[in-house]
Amino acid sequence: MPDLLFELFSEEIPARMQRQAAEDLKRLVTNALVDRGLTYEGAKAFATPRRLALNIVGLPVRQPDTREEKKGPRVGSPDAAVQGFLKSAGLTDIAQAKIESDPKKGEFYVAVIEKKGGATLDVLAEILPGIIRTFPWPKSMRWGAASTSSSSLRWVRPLRAIVATFGAETEEPEIVPFEVDGLKAGNVTYGHRFLAPGAITVRRFDDYVTKLEAAKVVLDADRRKDIVRHEAKNLAFAQGLEVIEDEGLLEEVAGLVEWPVVLMGSFEEAFLDVPGEVIRATIRANQKCFVLKKADGTAEAKAMGGELANRFLLISNIIAKDGGKTIIAGNERVIRARLSDAKFFWDTDRKVWKEDPEFKRLEKFKNVTFHEKLGSQWDRIERIRALAKELCKVTGADEAEVDLAARLCKADLQTEVVGEFPEVQGLMGRKYATILGLPASVAAACEEHYKPVGPTDSVPTDKVSVTVALADKLDTLVGFWAIDEKPTGSKDPYALRRAALGVIRLIVENGLAGGLRQITVFSGRLVMAQLFEVSRSRKVSLPSEAILGAIQNPAFKEFGETIERLVTLLKDEKSTVPPQSWEIDRSNDLLSFFHDRLKVMLRDQGARHDLVDAVLANGEANDDLLLVVRRVEALGKFLETEDGKSLLAGCKRAANILRAEEKKDGEGKFEAAANPALLAEASEKALHDALSIVGEAAAIALQKQDFEAAMRAMAKLRAPVDAFFEAVMVNADDPAIRQNRLALLAALRRVTRQVADFGKIAG
Amino acid sequence: MTASATLPAPLRPERSFQGLILTLQRFWAEKGCVILQPYDMEVGAGTFHPATTLRALGPKPWNAAYVQPSRRPKDGRYGENPNRFQHYYQFQVILKPSPPNLQELYLESLYAIGIDPALHDLRFVEDDWESPTLGAWGLGWECWCDGMEVSQFTYFQQVAGQECAPVAGELTYGLERLAMYLQGVDNGFELNFNGLEGDQKVTYGDVFKQAEEEYSRHNFEYADTDKLFRNFAEAEKECLSLLSKGERGEGERHRQVLPAYDQCIKASHAFNLLDARGVISVTERQSYILKVRELAKACGAAWVKTEAGGA
Repeated sequence: MPDLLFELFSEEIPARMQRQAAEDLKRLVTNALVDRGLTYEGAKAFATPRRLALNIVGLPVRQPDTREEKKGPRVGSPDAAVQGFLKSAGLTDIAQAKIESDPKKGEFYVAVIEKKGGATLDVLAEILPGIIRTFPWPKSMRWGAASTSSSSLRWVRPLRAIVATFGAETEEPEIVPFEVDGLKAGNVTYGHRFLAPGAITVRRFDDYVTKLEAAKVVLDADRRKDIVRHEAKNLAFAQGLEVIEDEGLLEEVAGLVEWPVVLMGSFEEAFLDVPGEVIRATIRANQKCFVLKKADGTAEAKAMGGELANRFLLISNIIAKDGGKTIIAGNERVIRARLSDAKFFWDTDRKVWKEDPEFKRLEKFKNVTFHEKLGSQWDRIERIRALAKELCKVTGADEAEVDLAARLCKADLQTEVVGEFPEVQGLMGRKYATILGLPASVAAACEEHYKPVGPTDSVPTDKVSVTVALADKLDTLVGFWAIDEKPTGSKDPYALRRAALGVIRLIVENGLAGGLRQITVFSGRLVMAQLFEVSRSRKVSLPSEAILGAIQNPAFKEFGETIERLVTLLKDEKSTVPPQSWEIDRSNDLLSFFHDRLKVMLRDQGARHDLVDAVLANGEANDDLLLVVRRVEALGKFLETEDGKSLLAGCKRAANILRAEEKKDGEGKFEAAANPALLAEASEKALHDALSIVGEAAAIALQKQDFEAAMRAMAKLRAPVDAFFEAVMVNADDPAIRQNRLALLAALRRVTRQVADFGKIAG
Repeated sequence: MTASATLPAPLRPERSFQGLILTLQRFWAEKGCVILQPYDMEVGAGTFHPATTLRALGPKPWNAAYVQPSRRPKDGRYGENPNRFQHYYQFQVILKPSPPNLQELYLESLYAIGIDPALHDLRFVEDDWESPTLGAWGLGWECWCDGMEVSQFTYFQQVAGQECAPVAGELTYGLERLAMYLQGVDNGFELNFNGLEGDQKVTYGDVFKQAEEEYSRHNFEYADTDKLFRNFAEAEKECLSLLSKGERGEGERHRQVLPAYDQCIKASHAFNLLDARGVISVTERQSYILKVRELAKACGAAWVKTEAGGA
């Protein structure tokens, strides 16, 4: 069976787009073929900096023939209907149609449209131009003389040649006959830009790959990566070094060369004074080179990820006449210049920090906008300080250290190094704080307060770091909630989901108890004071919706009349005013955002999300995320036991009965305590007694937050519940007995709901 | 052995800064470009020259090359940084429509200045170019030679708010950096300017070091900000006023674009100086950029109503 070889040869395609483009090409072509009845045995797509290539094997020579019957109007219909039918069926005379009959419709016309399947070659010629014209590049462009017309071909960079051949192994393949914007498909491609730039005539995929390889083009990006990995390792090993792995960089360099050649260069030892992360950042981002570490470094250096060596690996695209000497020398010059800049920044920063022990330069943050509505970076730091102080009550961190850390945690944003290499923010803060001899916890917090960044990042454990990290994230969340910039759909420009997950992990993994409602109200007041300040200073022409909403809220009037008074109240007297309803509403809204993130997190960890819902249904303590997680854990374990499964079934049965009967009698009609005098059966009495014992035991256990004990108590309900359903008919004829039995079930629901809403649990 | 070996020694591109400029001029002259002289105003980049900004618009073919001194007041380092200057040279080439062999022509020009592709690693690395002040964008690359960016290569898609039809190809060579590489010098001020040796040697520092020191003081400390704010406002007003005076209505050619565009350039430079003086806040910054862009767009819209703009 014949194969298709398709290549789109262009000027250099951005590295980051190549892999996706190859996949898109495969998807678009194979889908279009399948849509036209052409199935295939296999397809694989490739990309280099200058080409996308697609190999589809095992295509049929022709499309299958098709036969379609088209029902027409009744025999004897008006002429207009008949003519319309002829047109739509492609017939010239009604005599060409069959007549069929149907007991309901009577006699009617049927056109039989038989379509001979087209030659695959023609189908390809029809579909490929459209795929080229509408290719989903993230960004595309026009070029050359043809671009006078706005409908000219768009491609990621100018498209220069097209190869499209189709044929079986045993024959000379045919060229797919098509043309796009004057570019005719053919069987000619080109080799490496510098090493073998000549034209190459190709037949099919096999000789295409071989001829390209001979023309110094490695078609497969994964092979180029393997070559780089392998050569890099060998070169490093020969020097007693190890490559610092960097998958992202490897992927990128594989997209920058068609013929990878790895070369090693070096830089002056003196530059190793500069923190390794900065060296790596500049060499990686600006030069796209790999850095190396000493394989025999000290234990301490190894713990820090290895001691950097004064070497780097560059990936060149050519086999140079001089073996690469000139290329290495050139790259060394650039890296030397970059590192002297970095060293200059590092030296300057250290000097500035040492000369400013009072941190006067933090005042500069007053001129740095954090967010138009949320004030300056200075304002934000002040809020973090106030919030962090409050949080010390929960974390038990040293207040003085927390305050210093909160003041300094953003200070490195003013440094030259971070200005140049934003990716080392935090880390630099830690280094500079260490140089100043500040307490280790304070230095650590300067780095760790950003953590955890995402679900796999580590969570700080140092109390100071934990406190500042919580304050930083909570202020962000509460702030954007207050100005109503919540994440919507896929849009989350301020990474609020990540911040919320960070808060959850900080709380849960550090075992911090305490409700979020109170602290978010506290934080909200700091933010509101800020919003009033901003609107008063007219930096923002109109108060935000949030402010307007709050001022118009009658509850808010209790705070005072003037904005000045409001600011004072919010900032200085906030603990004397109880939470207002609008504050609680906002906190609850934010809380449900936390709950969503918590569900996602627990689900990712393998917990059943129905258990989370069941636990959250208990509205009281659901702002204490640690307790929620513990409850979910305990409930999960309980439900794995026989007692648990059986009790769950009983509770669900009870809930269903109650739901049905409440529909008849009304919500809450069975909540009154059961009357012991009406308990006729032994099983009723047993359940009644068990409920009162278990209810009390579970309540005590829950008060002690001993969820295991609460579950053990619940387990004691299993037998009486089972026996009750075995022996008793709930809907007894006597209405008083029915009422009493339903009251028992309602009691069961109340007792179990202390732990979770069993009705929300699946199974 | 590259093409430059036939030149007299002091004029070889790897020997002198001026030799590099002369070689590039000669190369592009041979390819049919009009060799222009620098525009006589302070601009932030070679692209601001009307020979690029305005001539990139409209259907008429246009091939030109020129050196443009560029001023970026904020980049001043008082002559203390060997790589960063507030005044430097760009060599600018514009070819409209972009020829199909533009990449090859560019590589040929590198060969002409002594960069042999058999010895050097030449790369086209993605770079989406955008000038918010000019209302312009294009796609292309940073051109790397052995890990160093030596040029920018852009297919203009939009300039001064107008779609480019046809598209022009723009090449910008960073001359100091290229010369440092060719001469093997790590400090820009040590570049050999005239290609002579001993007493007769003139360095880039001899020509420009004092200027870097003085202009850095000017840009960061002394420039009169009140005057600059006024200049900005006046240039903005004048630009719009000239454009309105030159407008002759439907179907008629516009008569006052180039002088109006000069005012747009003036506004842009005043903004750059104010920015360097640190008197423009983050939020204001954006609004100034927008104001300059509006001027550039108004000039672009007027240009396509002129003869050179194809009307």
